[in-house]
Amino acid sequence: MLRIRNLDVAYGPVTVLRRVSLHVNKGEVVAIVGANGAGKTTLLKTITGLVRPRAGEIALEGQDVVRTSTEQTVAMGCSLVPEGRQVFASMSVRDNLLMGAHVQYRRGKKDEVAADLQRVYGLFPVLEKRRDQFAGTLSGGEQQMLAMGRALMARPSLLMLDEPSMGLAPLVMRDIFATVSRVASEGCTVLLVEQNARSALKIADRGYVLETGRIVLQGTAEELLANQDVQRAYLGRDVNEEQEGRP
Amino acid sequence: MAGELFFQYLIAGLTYGTIYAVVGMGFNIIYNATGIINFAQGEFVMLGGMTAVSLHAFLPLPLAIVVAVLVTMVVGALIEVTFIRWLSRPSVLRMIIITIGISILIREAALLLWGQDVRALPYFTGNEITSIAVGGARISPQVLWTLGACAGLVVLVTAFFRFTMLGRQMRACAANRVAASLCGLPTRNLITLSFVLSAGMGALAGCVVSPITQTQYGIGTGLAIKGFTVAILGGLGNSLAAVAAGLLLGIIESFSVSLLPTAFKDAVSIAVLLAILFARPSGLFGARAATRP
Ligand SMILES: Nc1ncnc2c1ncn2[C@@H]1O[C@H](COP(=O)(O)OP(=O)(O)O)[C@@H](O)[C@H]1O
Ligand SMILES: [Mg+2]
Repeated sequence: MLRIRNLDVAYGPVTVLRRVSLHVNKGEVVAIVGANGAGKTTLLKTITGLVRPRAGEIALEGQDVVRTSTEQTVAMGCSLVPEGRQVFASMSVRDNLLMGAHVQYRRGKKDEVAADLQRVYGLFPVLEKRRDQFAGTLSGGEQQMLAMGRALMARPSLLMLDEPSMGLAPLVMRDIFATVSRVASEGCTVLLVEQNARSALKIADRGYVLETGRIVLQGTAEELLANQDVQRAYLGRDVNEEQEGRP
Repeated sequence: MAGELFFQYLIAGLTYGTIYAVVGMGFNIIYNATGIINFAQGEFVMLGGMTAVSLHAFLPLPLAIVVAVLVTMVVGALIEVTFIRWLSRPSVLRMIIITIGISILIREAALLLWGQDVRALPYFTGNEITSIAVGGARISPQVLWTLGACAGLVVLVTAFFRFTMLGRQMRACAANRVAASLCGLPTRNLITLSFVLSAGMGALAGCVVSPITQTQYGIGTGLAIKGFTVAILGGLGNSLAAVAAGLLLGIIESFSVSLLPTAFKDAVSIAVLLAILFARPSGLFGARAATRP
C-alpha cells in the first residue's frame, strides 16, 4: 500500500528526517511512535505532499508520489487527519463533512455521498446531533471526531492520523482509538502516529519507533510493547495507564 | 436641514455607499481566501467602467457591460496567476507592495489606452435630467439602478458562498487552506476564483455607477482607500458588515458636505479610517468577525 525508502526531509538547513524507510501493507494498522519533535508530523506531511523531501522514494500502491500535489494524493486514496484537527471552524459540521467528500464527487460517486454521511454519523452519533453547529463550537474530542469523519468521507484506502489523542481526556481518547480499530476492521488501512505509544501499539499490528528523525526500532506491536528500551523511553510514564489504575 | 435636502443627501450617500460596499466586499473575498489586502481592488471598478464605455461604441449597452465585466474578470485571474500564485508564504509587507505595484501598472496602462478623458456610460433609462419622485424628493433612475444592482450583487454573492458547493469550497479554503487541500480541494484554483469574483463585482459596480460619478483612469486609488476603510470598519473578513460599513461611510461623506467644504469629502473617509485603526482595529462589528459570509 505505502512504501517509503531512504527519505530525507529538511526545513532549510535543518535536516528533520534521515534515511527513513518503512512500509504499510494493505489492511494493516501501523503505528509510528516517537517523542515530541521526532519528525512524525513532518513524515505525514511529506507523504501527503505538503512538504517536499530532499531525497528518497514514496510509493502509494506502487505509484511514485514524491512530486504529486496534495490534492492528487488525496484523490489517490490517501487521507490525512492532521495534527490539531484543523476543522473549518466557521462552517457547519455537515458542511465540513461535505468538503471531505469532494474527491468522491470528482470520482463521479456523488450518489454514495449521502450513504457515506450516514456511515460517519453512525460512527460518531454526536456529529449528527451537532450537524448544524459551527465546527468551531465543538469540544476538542468532537473536533477530532469531525476531522476523522471528514477524512473518511473521501473513502480513503489509506487513512493516516497525526496524534488523534492529543489533548483529549482518557475516556474520549479510548473512544477515538476504538473507532480507529473499527474503521480498520472495516477494511481501511491505517497509519497512526502517536506520542501515546501504549494506546497506539495496543490497536496496531506493527510499529516503528522514530527518534530525532531516524527509525531506531521496528517490529510487531507485541514485540515493541515488550521491548525494554521502548518501555523505558515511551511507556514508563503513560498517563493513560496510571489513570486507569493498572500497573 | 429641510426634509427634502436631507433626503437628497441621504440618497447621494447611499449611492456612493453601495459602491464602497461592493469594493469593501471585494477586499474581503480576496482577504479571506489569501490574507492579502488587494490594493488593486479600485482598479477593477475603473477597468469595468472604462471598458464598458469603449465597448459601448459598437455594442448595445447591456452587452457592453457584460463583456466589460468578463474582461475585468480575466484581468483578475491574470493578476493572480502572474503575480500571486507562485509566491509561497509571502510576508504581508511584500504583498502590500506587490498589489500597490499592480494597481500602478493597471492605472498607467489605462492612461496609455484611454488617456486622461473623463468618460461615462449613458444613463440606463432616460438621461441626466430624468427623475422620478420618491417620497417627495426627485431622484435619478440611475440611482435606483445602482442601488438595485449592488443590492442584487450582495445578495447573490452571499447566497453563492452560503448555498453552492463551489462557494462553500471557497469558504473552506479561506478558513484553513491546508485542511482544504487535505480534503482534495483545488486550493490554487479557488484562490484564482476569488480574484475573478472580486474583479467581476468591482467591474459591475463600476459600470452601473459611471453615469452618475463618471470614470477616469485614476479613480481606482480613491476607491481602494474607501473600500479598505469600509473593510476595516466592518472588521476585516466580514463581508456583510462591510456592506453596512459601506453605506455608513457613504452617508457620512455625503452629510459632511453640508458642514465642510466639498474638498474635504475624501479627507473625511481617511479620518474615519485613522480613527477606526486607532480606536477599534477589529472594526465596528469586531465581535462578529468570526462568522464569515
Ligand atoms: N515548518 C518548519 N520549519 C522549520 N522547522 C520545523 C518546521 N516544522 C517542524 N520543524 C522542526 O522539525 C522537527 C520535527 O517536527 P515535527 O515533524 O513537528 O515533529 P513531531 O510531529 O514528531 O512532534 C522539530 O525539531 C521542529 O522544530
Ligand atoms: Mg507532530
